[in-house]
Amino acid sequence: MLDVMRVRQDFPILDRQVHGKPLVYLDNAATSQKPGSVIDALVDYYESYNSNVHRGVHSLSMEATDRYEEARVKVARFIGADSPECVIWTRNTTESINLVANTWARQNIGPGDEIVITQMEHHSNLVPWQMIAAQKGATLRFLPLASDHTLDMERAGSIINGRTKLVSVVHASNSLGTINPVHDLRDLARNVGAAFMVDGAQSVPHMPVDVNDIDCDFLAFSGHKMLGPTGIGVLYVKSAILENMEPFLTGGEMVLTVTNEEATWNDLPMKFEAGTPNIAGAIGLGAAVDYLQETGMDQVREHEEQITQYTMDAFQELEELDLFGPKDATKKCGIMSFHSSEVHAHDLGTFLDLEGIAIRTGHHCTMPLMQELEVAATARASFYLYNTENEVDVLVDALKGALRYFGHGTG
Amino acid sequence: MGMALDELDDLYDDSILDHCRHPRNSARLDSPDATGRAVNPFCGDEVDLQIEMGGDRITGVGVQGLGCSINQAAASMLSEAIARRSVAEAESIAALFRGMMRGTAVSDADAERIGDLTSLQGVLAFPVRIKCALLSWTALDDALEVLGGG
Repeated sequence: MLDVMRVRQDFPILDRQVHGKPLVYLDNAATSQKPGSVIDALVDYYESYNSNVHRGVHSLSMEATDRYEEARVKVARFIGADSPECVIWTRNTTESINLVANTWARQNIGPGDEIVITQMEHHSNLVPWQMIAAQKGATLRFLPLASDHTLDMERAGSIINGRTKLVSVVHASNSLGTINPVHDLRDLARNVGAAFMVDGAQSVPHMPVDVNDIDCDFLAFSGHKMLGPTGIGVLYVKSAILENMEPFLTGGEMVLTVTNEEATWNDLPMKFEAGTPNIAGAIGLGAAVDYLQETGMDQVREHEEQITQYTMDAFQELEELDLFGPKDATKKCGIMSFHSSEVHAHDLGTFLDLEGIAIRTGHHCTMPLMQELEVAATARASFYLYNTENEVDVLVDALKGALRYFGHGTG
Repeated sequence: MGMALDELDDLYDDSILDHCRHPRNSARLDSPDATGRAVNPFCGDEVDLQIEMGGDRITGVGVQGLGCSINQAAASMLSEAIARRSVAEAESIAALFRGMMRGTAVSDADAERIGDLTSLQGVLAFPVRIKCALLSWTALDDALEVLGGG
């Protein structure tokens, strides 16, 4: 079992206070906190060997290049990729998905083709496909929700059909916490010859994710949600597909030779990494992956499943709140999205902030899902490996206080 | 919770909570002379506003706010502040209120003119919530423009 009190000592920010109260950080789905080892890796790069990569013959540049490419190897191992060449650095999940939309999709999707996503996508796995569908005369289709806020897999079988060229699904929903059955969805995609993409922004940080086990063609995720720095993200692409993909951004670093008239492309994965990359970010993400691997992703998942179950039990005392997402902790990641018809999410958010509790309020970049749920906004508490059951108690007490404070007929 | 409750009471003044629980002029007007609408895409809050004129006076206001308590209270207070005013007076109140929400001090005479709206000054201590207090005023701009103001 995860020694949470031990883990907490690795995160300097958890010692701070907010409005005179100990920080209770429950906004991990937005971004995670960083352990000392990640912060140290960033400082070490800037203090000891800051220089550009893949350029100079001098010692600093070689050191930086080694550490930067080492980080790529770490990330590749972390997700079970066959080769580090399959790992492309981006800024974040959004850029990773846009890269696929602007390269593979432009080359492979045409009039009459269909792209299938789900009703619970983040805007980042929705808007790029709306654009491609409009440009190419293709159709965007949606896998609907079942009443328990999982995917309606019975209807998925007919929506994914012979015209489907791409199935792109969120692995774990940032608004509902639902963990989607990616293996079954992959089978449906494979049966009709469609490519299969997974948005791993909320899954890769929180549970074991292996690209060979899932057998996806593309996997996108962000460093900052998995203990790493902001501004560094990853796109994994299966090597057979990567070789035929045209470049996305062009310029320095991604070319082999350039004349006045034309250019030839650099080797993989540099072909997709134009310009000076986020060197510190990549090295920091490497340190984050080290931390997660030493901790063990099975342990992280087990802890979050426990704290999710504990929270769902505790929320039974809060009858005024509607809790979204599956009620089965094994089908849910550590995301609790809730709504009160009495108290607006922003008022809850301000009340909790004054108690030192950080949660997210709003539509969570899933406006079509909010319309489906018939709410304008929800409040969301999301957990990570350093959160404790005691923090859940603090949250529940504060929510009771907020409902008393704002509730009609009292106060 | 002592200290936090004090800070909270500064934001959620009694007058705000009262307007939020008992919104004034919330019925939608059937045949308005002007309407306005404002949406905050970041939080999903919405305000719809209708105005009826009698001569050069605002004789009827309907305002429906969907969202947090600050938004709803501000919309309700707005409806009282502009009732029976001319378009020019309503514009002057809007300018006064916007100035107050940027931190400009309000004179006693001005405080008299805008009434309950002064209670929204507590929102200034919570910068992310200021936009909640201003949303209904964006809807008002829409409507006043139709009525030949601006």
